[in-house]
Amino acid sequence: MFVGAIFFPLLGACIAGFFGRLIGDRAAQWATVVCMALAAACGVAAFFQVGFAEADRTLEIGTWIDVGGLQVVWALRYDTLSAVMVGMVTFISTLIHLYSVGYMSHDPTRPRFFAYLSLFTFMMLMLVTANDLLQLFFGWEGVGLCSYLLIGYYYERESANRAAMKAFIVNRVGDFFFMLGMALTFWTFGSINFDDIFLSVPEAVGKTIGGMPVLEVIGVLLFLGACGKSAQLGLHTWLPDAMEGPTPVSALIHAATMVTAGVFLMARMSPLMEYAPVALAIVTIVGASTAVFAATIGCVQNDIKRIIAYSTCSQLGYMFFAVGVGAYQGAVFHLFTHAFFKALLFLGAGSVIHAMSDEQDIRKMGGIWNKIPVTYAVMWIGSLALAGVPLFAGFYSKDFVLEAAFAAHTGVGLYAFVAGLIAAFLTAFYSWRLLILVFHGAPRADAHTMEHVHESPAVMLIPLLVLAAGAIFAGAVFAPYFVGHGFEEFWRDSIFNGPDNDIMHAVHEVPGWVPLAPTVLGVLGIVLAGLLYLVFPAVPGRLATQFQGIYLFLLNKWYFDELYDHIFIQPFRRLSVFLWKTGDAKIIDGMPNGVAEIAVDVARGAVRLQSGRVANYAFAMIIGLVVFISVYLFGALR
Amino acid sequence: MNWTLLLPEIVLGVSGLIAIVAGVIPKRDTTFPVALGVLGAMLLAAVLVIGQGEGTAMGGQYAADAFTRFAKLLVLLGAAGGLVLSLDWNEKEGLSRFEFPVLILFATLGMMVLVSANDLMSLYLGLELMSLALYVMAAFNRDDGRSAEAGLKYFVLGALASGLLLYGASLIYGFSGTTNFDRIADAVDSSAGNLGVVVGLVFVIAGLAFKISAVPFHMWTPDVYEGAPTPVTGFFAAAPKVAGLLLLARVLQGPFAALAPAWQQVIVLASLGSMLLGAFAAIGQTNIKRLMAYSSIGHVGYALMGLAVGSDAGMRGLLLYIAIYLFMNLGAFAVLVAMRRGGRALEGVDDLAGLGRTDPGMALAMAVFMFSMAGIPPLAGFFGKLYVFLAAVQGGYWTLAVVGVLASVVSAYYYLRIIKVMYFDDSAGAMDPRPAGLSVVLAGSGLFTALFFLFPAPILAAAQAAVAALMG
Repeated sequence: MFVGAIFFPLLGACIAGFFGRLIGDRAAQWATVVCMALAAACGVAAFFQVGFAEADRTLEIGTWIDVGGLQVVWALRYDTLSAVMVGMVTFISTLIHLYSVGYMSHDPTRPRFFAYLSLFTFMMLMLVTANDLLQLFFGWEGVGLCSYLLIGYYYERESANRAAMKAFIVNRVGDFFFMLGMALTFWTFGSINFDDIFLSVPEAVGKTIGGMPVLEVIGVLLFLGACGKSAQLGLHTWLPDAMEGPTPVSALIHAATMVTAGVFLMARMSPLMEYAPVALAIVTIVGASTAVFAATIGCVQNDIKRIIAYSTCSQLGYMFFAVGVGAYQGAVFHLFTHAFFKALLFLGAGSVIHAMSDEQDIRKMGGIWNKIPVTYAVMWIGSLALAGVPLFAGFYSKDFVLEAAFAAHTGVGLYAFVAGLIAAFLTAFYSWRLLILVFHGAPRADAHTMEHVHESPAVMLIPLLVLAAGAIFAGAVFAPYFVGHGFEEFWRDSIFNGPDNDIMHAVHEVPGWVPLAPTVLGVLGIVLAGLLYLVFPAVPGRLATQFQGIYLFLLNKWYFDELYDHIFIQPFRRLSVFLWKTGDAKIIDGMPNGVAEIAVDVARGAVRLQSGRVANYAFAMIIGLVVFISVYLFGALR
Repeated sequence: MNWTLLLPEIVLGVSGLIAIVAGVIPKRDTTFPVALGVLGAMLLAAVLVIGQGEGTAMGGQYAADAFTRFAKLLVLLGAAGGLVLSLDWNEKEGLSRFEFPVLILFATLGMMVLVSANDLMSLYLGLELMSLALYVMAAFNRDDGRSAEAGLKYFVLGALASGLLLYGASLIYGFSGTTNFDRIADAVDSSAGNLGVVVGLVFVIAGLAFKISAVPFHMWTPDVYEGAPTPVTGFFAAAPKVAGLLLLARVLQGPFAALAPAWQQVIVLASLGSMLLGAFAAIGQTNIKRLMAYSSIGHVGYALMGLAVGSDAGMRGLLLYIAIYLFMNLGAFAVLVAMRRGGRALEGVDDLAGLGRTDPGMALAMAVFMFSMAGIPPLAGFFGKLYVFLAAVQGGYWTLAVVGVLASVVSAYYYLRIIKVMYFDDSAGAMDPRPAGLSVVLAGSGLFTALFFLFPAPILAAAQAAVAALMG
């Protein structure tokens, strides 16, 4: 069971990838779906076993590396944290596989798609069940590779290739810091096995490197690595572009895999992070800033998938500042609920796009709520959950995260709390802006498209309904275990809270207005969106022209892409062109070419001496003799 | 007086005389029987050389030891190979005269005396016997202007070289009071820095350098190699070169060993010049015989590197290089001799075009020889270069080693160009069928070149013994 949850996806990927052509498209795609379903059965069972029956274990598979002091073992580590991730990832991934069967039905290379999808899932599972940093890095890189393959799935499209490369390269920047962190960890502890590291963390408190506490440096480096994968402020630029991939891929990346890896890493390293207060403060500030920043951009975007992408970015910010204030359980809980409603929103958006003949611009939609009622309903549920409306999943986790930020009673905690409240308001606003523009008002699509608007097939609707159920109930059902009073029995020692860190208890003692504030702000956001887009549809346009500066600033995503283009890409390009034209073409190619030309000249000169006249030859011999005698005499007299 | 020691030379000499008489008396064409007889005499001489004792004879004029045995076997092999190459060719070119095998026989006899010489007089005797025969052979196709010109050029310049050698010998005699190698050695030891002997030795080196076509005494080589009949060129590039190089080694490491620091500088210069000229001047050549002339100059440069180093390892490298060079060269010239289309002999590099398809066997053999000459492992040529380079590096002669490696890189260009022409260019038509004798030479030298790395031990051991005998 524990092994099956991890390796069934790999089996499916191999079947579809290597034998897809042999067994046909249908067989290949259903093979992956069945494998994923088996994995999900195992994964969910493992989740309950480990989480509630305390069946923690570490399964060793084999030795990977054994050189000198470094020993790395392939292993599957099952504690509550891993089990939560395994259960969630396999479950969501199965639904996405199933949904893809319908969504990708017109695609000519389906086996390839499903093989990538399953491989992606497998890599994520390797990541979450790693027992040391290197195996985690293996999964980490595997996820990066698969995201590259999937974002660039439509490789005939220039923009898809660009987006895939951007995702890969930006991730590499994060990976670089991760590797540095890993190396420093090995240097500090002499091991990269989690248990070894965590055991010796208290002894390493006093150690410094370059004048800085070594634990803080490791914490910051690992966080920077996590920033790349989890699209935090600065390294977030790849995430919106990743929408170039097929919609199920967006759902998989944003809900279950990839972006959650950073949060998982922080939670996994909690025993270390707890001793790195400065690193945690940085995490809090970056996370809170990301939450607001992404939410502001989400308010003005017009691409349905991009809006949801920025909402992911924003929600990841919540998770990070939860980590930053020490509420790792809250971060994982938000990750857990977010997986359900974000997958739901993406797949719902996919259903809308499917219905609108591949249209993604919300300005060209509208008035279709009665034509696709199921999609309409699940989008509502997803948005309600996202906005944190009471009783929906997002409410429990988001409220908890905000309360934790408040309960931290620190400067950065307060900053995070305020930023989180603003982001909550904006989240509600842009969610309903999206709902209203897509489903209500007068139809803005052309008549031809409108005629073809149709509800998606059952194979797509079933996953939507299951996820909708998750988006409604996942919070209420699991909140007592994840963050309620029973959290210690649930998490046991998979997540570590420092001796001075009683935030998990403090959240229950915040003033009464704190849990209410996000809800009130969320509802205000919904009302504002309703007013602007339903009652006075002319106002947004006027606002945009009046505050054109701010509008353009937000529309262009705070000009991050342009900034990076100027600071990094252009100079690097110029350097590359210089190295290519001058360094390679002129100097490196020039040397052998020049030598070859010289050789030809020398050859010509040598041949010219060969005149064919005996007198010249005899003269040459005598000159040679004179030279020899001179040399000889010089040598003899020396 | 130890006559039996001279038995191989006596057998060859008597056979030569019998062959002349036997060739003249019958009215019909006697070339083939005479050639067979000459081959038989060479074989017999080879057997006698193997069984030859060691010591000196003829009043100290003649010496026999492991070194001379090694040298004589190589010389006989080269001569026999050259004779086999020429048989069919001479017939097709209308040069089928019984004098040709006899000339080869006397040239060989000269070389055998040469390598056994233990006195400046016997050295000169052997050298002139060899040279006179070679002059005639170069001009053997006397109706052809180029062949006659080659013979004449070789003769005039050869006479100059002989003059230099004689002058040097007289200087040495004048200042040391003897022509015998052993006593010269004593004189040099007791009066180091004797200027007269020193200058005389340079003249002798110049005369010998001419025979092995080392820079700057190489100028005749391209013209003579191009003008002489192809099998004669093949013979020139094989046996006389081997004999000349070994004689040079014997003279310098024997009586003049005490002057090593002085003559090493001259040999270093000659080696450097030969390697560079051989590498560069061949690049633009379109006539394959001319190309092989420059190639042989280059190979002499590599071989001289071993002599310049002067150590045991260097001498062993020299002997190995010569042996391997002999096989590669015989094989390559077998291909050149076989280049004939529609009854006409061909000499252009372009004429090899498409050989890879029209005659895959010969193309493969040629490719093996070219790769080997370029020094590409695991062929024999690589080991030849390896041993001399190794000796140079061990002896601290970095300039030689570096220039040698660079020169072999440059020379790889024209060796590989031949392979490219054979395999990638469009064919100009099939060659005439090749005679059985050539196939035997091709197969024998090809197998040796390709498989040397499997069984290097016997040759290494023989070279080791020869070096031990020479260096004392």
